Amino acid sequence: MRSLIDILDLSTEEINDLVSTAADIIADPAAYAHKCDGKILATLFFEPSTRTRLSFESAMLSLGGKTLGFSEASSSSAAKGESVADTVRTVSCYSDIIAMRHPKEGAPLVAAAHSMVPVINAGDGGHNHPTQTLTDLLTIHSEKGRFNSLTVGFCGDLKFGRTVHSLINALSRYEDIKIVLISPDELKLPSYVKKDVLLRENIPYTQTTDLEAVMPELDILYMTRVQRERFFNEEDYLRLKDSYILTPEKLVNAKPDLSILHPLPRVNEISVAVDKDPRAAYFRQVRNGRFIRMALIMKLLGIN
Amino acid sequence: MVIDAIKNGIVIDHIAAGKAMELYQTLGLGRLDCTVAILKNVPSQKLGRKDIIKIDRDLNLDWDVIGYVDPNITVNIIRDGERVEKRLLKLPDTITNVIRCRNPRCITSVEQELPQVFKLTDRAARVYRCLYCETQAGK
Repeated sequence: MRSLIDILDLSTEEINDLVSTAADIIADPAAYAHKCDGKILATLFFEPSTRTRLSFESAMLSLGGKTLGFSEASSSSAAKGESVADTVRTVSCYSDIIAMRHPKEGAPLVAAAHSMVPVINAGDGGHNHPTQTLTDLLTIHSEKGRFNSLTVGFCGDLKFGRTVHSLINALSRYEDIKIVLISPDELKLPSYVKKDVLLRENIPYTQTTDLEAVMPELDILYMTRVQRERFFNEEDYLRLKDSYILTPEKLVNAKPDLSILHPLPRVNEISVAVDKDPRAAYFRQVRNGRFIRMALIMKLLGIN
Repeated sequence: MVIDAIKNGIVIDHIAAGKAMELYQTLGLGRLDCTVAILKNVPSQKLGRKDIIKIDRDLNLDWDVIGYVDPNITVNIIRDGERVEKRLLKLPDTITNVIRCRNPRCITSVEQELPQVFKLTDRAARVYRCLYCETQAGK
């Protein structure tokens, strides 16, 4: 039995296979409409995340399966003090696969150790969110046709942005990747990510606070939201939340084939005027989230 | 200063100067009812100064804990006044229930019955990270 807790649990070959399966699903969804007939996905969301939960549920329903679960801790036995291990032991009696979101980092790892069915980490605090990374990778591949020879800019909250850390980790395994880190000083990429990933893997990277200055270099621009829930101090959040706002004017010097990604939801860091630009890939990215989750559910259930 | 040689027991040698009390507490040696001697700032050719702990009893020590505190420590097992074994330690790959994760967002902060497991992620820099949230030990 296999779970997915960290994006690095998957080899690059497995990621390529998932991306390939997702592309097949996009091309012919009807061929996959009954792949999971009779199977049940449990969505255990100990903190609300409507987008991720609906994406998982849509994925399972699109495969012919069914879903059950809860969308916040207050409607689960966690509110009565039940441990993650006991919740998962119970739910794995009712389902074939579990997608778990939890505010505490490492909770899905604990769940996987006690579950009788595969567990997918649907986000644990500021730690991992591997299905978002798979979504990002599918989008990069769909937009660019490759994972190698890319200059990828990450902009916004690079300190708490777990999607940034995971995607940098995932991209570090491909050839000829250059990383450009754009953030205010207070939200710079943590030194351990630089040391453990970029330096260890010899990935060239630059750091800047000036988005427009580096815009012409980028093949991919990955925008992020400054997340209120990651701050202990409201004042810091208010001071930093509007550090970068992407507008059509800032894209004047960008490559014509730039792809703009964002894990969403956005607040105001991408102006709605950018939505009409064909380089805005973030809504295509949302769509990809459903297809890559379909591919992942099938893989973890051992369905071809 | 002369400390009597022990007949049956353990000598923990080459402890970095000033680290003996930390090791004493981490190993729970205060709970023993036998003689335990802590020698601090002993002159050493290898280290300049070192600490030594002598335990006047044979007992099972957690080698991983000692290796975590200082992998350069040597442990001598003494029987009938003779050294019968000299153990060279190394940094353990994992340590369990030796240190606690300080990340308030870690699952271990709310589920305190979970074992506190740390994995060695950088041997050269002696970096351990929480198994659950990957926070670096001591951070």
